[in-house]
Amino acid sequence: MVNPASASSPSAREPLLQAIGLSKRYGTFLANDSIDLDLYTGEIHAFLGENGAGKSTLVKTMYGLIQPSAGELRFLGEKLELTGPSDARSRGIAMVFQHFSLFDNLTVAENVALGLDGVESFAAMSARLAQVSRDYGLPLDPNREVWRLSVGERQRIEIVRALMQNPKLLILDEPTAVLTPQEADQLFTVLFRLKSEGRALLYISHKLDEVKRLCDTATILRGGKKISTCDPRQETAASLARMMVGAEIGEVKATSARATTVPRLLINDLSLEPDDPHGVYLKGISVEVKGGEILGIAGVAGNGQDELFSALSGERQAPKDDNVIIDGHAAGHLSVTDRRKLGAAFVPEERLGHGTAPRMKLSENALLTGHAASDMVHHGFVDKPKTLETVDKTTKTFDVRKAKRDPEAASLSGGNLQKFIVGREILREPGVLIVSQPTWGVDAGAAAVIRQALLDLSGRGSAVLVISQDLDELAEIADRIAVMFHGHLSEPIAAADATREKLGLLMGGASPAQAEAGVSKEAVHAIGA
Amino acid sequence: MQLVLEKRAERSTKIAILSPLLAIALTLVTMSILFAILGKNPVAALIVYFVEPLTDSFTLMEIAVKATPLVMIAIGLSLCYLANVWNIGAEGQFIMGAVCGSWLAVVTNGTGAGPWVLPAMLVMGAAGGALWALIPALCKVKFGANEILTSLMLVYVADLIMDYLVRGPWRDPKGMNFPTTASFDPVATVPALFETGRIHWGALAALIVVALATVMLGRTIKGFEIRVVGAAPRAARFAGFSSSRLVLFTFAVSGALAGLAGIIEVAGPVGVLQPGISPGYGFTAIIVAFLGRLNPVGILIAGLFLALTFIGGEGAQISMKIPLDLTKVFQGILLFYVLACDSLILYRIRLIATQKKASHGTA
Ligand SMILES: Nc1ncnc2c1ncn2[C@@H]1O[C@H](COP(=O)(O)OP(=O)(O)OP(=O)(O)O)[C@@H](O)[C@H]1O
Ligand SMILES: [Mg+2]
Repeated sequence: MVNPASASSPSAREPLLQAIGLSKRYGTFLANDSIDLDLYTGEIHAFLGENGAGKSTLVKTMYGLIQPSAGELRFLGEKLELTGPSDARSRGIAMVFQHFSLFDNLTVAENVALGLDGVESFAAMSARLAQVSRDYGLPLDPNREVWRLSVGERQRIEIVRALMQNPKLLILDEPTAVLTPQEADQLFTVLFRLKSEGRALLYISHKLDEVKRLCDTATILRGGKKISTCDPRQETAASLARMMVGAEIGEVKATSARATTVPRLLINDLSLEPDDPHGVYLKGISVEVKGGEILGIAGVAGNGQDELFSALSGERQAPKDDNVIIDGHAAGHLSVTDRRKLGAAFVPEERLGHGTAPRMKLSENALLTGHAASDMVHHGFVDKPKTLETVDKTTKTFDVRKAKRDPEAASLSGGNLQKFIVGREILREPGVLIVSQPTWGVDAGAAAVIRQALLDLSGRGSAVLVISQDLDELAEIADRIAVMFHGHLSEPIAAADATREKLGLLMGGASPAQAEAGVSKEAVHAIGA
Repeated sequence: MQLVLEKRAERSTKIAILSPLLAIALTLVTMSILFAILGKNPVAALIVYFVEPLTDSFTLMEIAVKATPLVMIAIGLSLCYLANVWNIGAEGQFIMGAVCGSWLAVVTNGTGAGPWVLPAMLVMGAAGGALWALIPALCKVKFGANEILTSLMLVYVADLIMDYLVRGPWRDPKGMNFPTTASFDPVATVPALFETGRIHWGALAALIVVALATVMLGRTIKGFEIRVVGAAPRAARFAGFSSSRLVLFTFAVSGALAGLAGIIEVAGPVGVLQPGISPGYGFTAIIVAFLGRLNPVGILIAGLFLALTFIGGEGAQISMKIPLDLTKVFQGILLFYVLACDSLILYRIRLIATQKKASHGTA
């Protein structure tokens, strides 16, 4: 790799990229409101802000995906008018998106080729791909098909693709939201290296301790406006959060008297073949969730959590009817709709395309799950005012921020859409709620709101099952935690006894007895708990 | 320099509306060139094609007559296409509807049967089309067979079945060996709307179908299901909508509509079952569906427009000696441009300099 810019002395620094009075308007809504900003080479610059603060909008403008409504960008002092992403790429601006854009059925190399504008041959490109990925310690097999890869590996494709353009500025939109702690650490090593090579990095994240560890500068956005620019290392996570929200963030508290009652969700010896050849086999999963209880399922992604979710939601049928019992009814052979009618609700991890139809309005997306067990449908006819009412109620209760009353799902910011799909289900007051990664990409304040809502729901007597990679989240809300590994589910342990070490061992495949015995510290470290 | 298609950040609603108009404009330009190559005056030809049919009440009614089957079939097809189900065999379903309904007309011919005959024929026509359409649908659901191929191939099977029937068992004994059934009795005929002209009650039926489809797509849960399954299959599964059930449903409905159009056509304007009852309505309806943006009202307008090309083509053949096949050329070019222009809704065309890129490939 050739350094794109020679390291210049800090005193005579010229910004690589400048925003001057940059605004983006959607109808009457200002997603970005006259933002001034300087990005320097050799610096990792963070964008912080609540969901819908305008972070993604701002970086999409810098990447040429969005035309600003007012103001301008300057690149090395010269006015920059981007006509599109390929224009941005040709000037050395690369971006890794919040939502990946990869084709599952194509190989790694083919996906990379599709995202580059170059004219080099496929063979030369593949060789360069292998070289760059080796160089940066981001191992990738160019010939593997994308659907076989974990989320972390998929992101690696996007990063390597960006690096192959030898960018001067690399933009990363919430790159760690989907990563395990180990994968995140690997990523940070790469980012430090890129910084030392004299590139500029722009980093969006809701994880404040990460930002404090990684970033030299942080710009805080609120409601589309720039609030301040600061040195995150000089701030505490709490002071950063205060600037973002403009108020203190509340603590999540369980309702004091939470009486657990009868089991409302029972999984009995559920074994299930995967429906694609590289999925995970579910092996003899048994667990119960009582009313008034939150059961957490931890585990590294790709250990059968997706398969378990679809077996519980009814997107896939269980082999036996009594493999899944919802409120006393054998539901293993029931459809998604019939399970919803029994009072179950589901929140999948992928919000665009699975939890919502991206190009449809929120009211239609309310109908998506609401048609089953509510009064949104009369004699086959849709009650449109009712669907809008659900949107309004969810918006109000969960503070979903959007540009108009009933926009397309895809136009919501990532975190706000997440609040919508969680809120949509909670408002139905389900007896059993199964939710996967409830706070992915959600800001700290909103994450607290969602977690509180889950706690309150269980406080009202519902059984809640939370699948999450975030151990802190599980520690905060779960009563008991079980760990998923290679399609097995461990015996749940009381959250109070679930130390990170113990969970870490279970996540690495140790038996509960071994975990109890607490194998040596090195072993814990080796699996990165 | 290199031409690239670049994905737009947002769907362009402006182009979504303009795209059919742009496609029509491009088609007219291409047609003019073709006319010129054929040695005809392009302006005069376009006037004969598109303006003259609109100036006289007889041809106006003929347009409505031709638009009737087009609109009915296209509405059914649009349901399939919205759900990402590719029924290409409406022509065969149209023929089988005509055949099944005609059976009753043939066996009751001259028996003095009551006025129940026509309603029963309509029901049988719809049922025949639906059953014919369910063959590819079941093959897809049960064996994963590609419905594009199977539905298309069944067109030729349907065509040959009809051919056999009108040359063999159903041939009119008094028909001087022409391959046709006897003329249908009045109780087996769709009545005309007015004293003069061939416009019949089927035209009203087509309007009712448009209205029903509008209500279904916009207001019912079934319409929602169709749209979600097509637009976001995984979300549809999560919603509890079964895609195989929908394949059967959309094929059955579009087959029934095509079959109904078929029996209305033979029991209305044609009056007998004979080869050539369709100038390719089932295929032209595919163009109508897309030109109409898979929207019922759009389809009504597009159906009238394509009917105009049929009538205009006939006029041009008579007055300017332009071959009738040029109408099919016109329709093909139009579909090509409609699909091409549609990609501009989600993509924009850009010219990029290849020189500049090469210098960036180094690393
Ligand atoms: N195409 C669009 N049409 C209308 N409004 C939009 C569009 N795109 C974004 N918005 C609105 O602009 C605001 C800012 O969105 P943006 O995606 O930039 O937020 P964000 O800071 O990245 O949030 P998150 O942390 O949730 O990803 C949101 O309220 C969103 O609803
Ligand atoms: Mg964002």
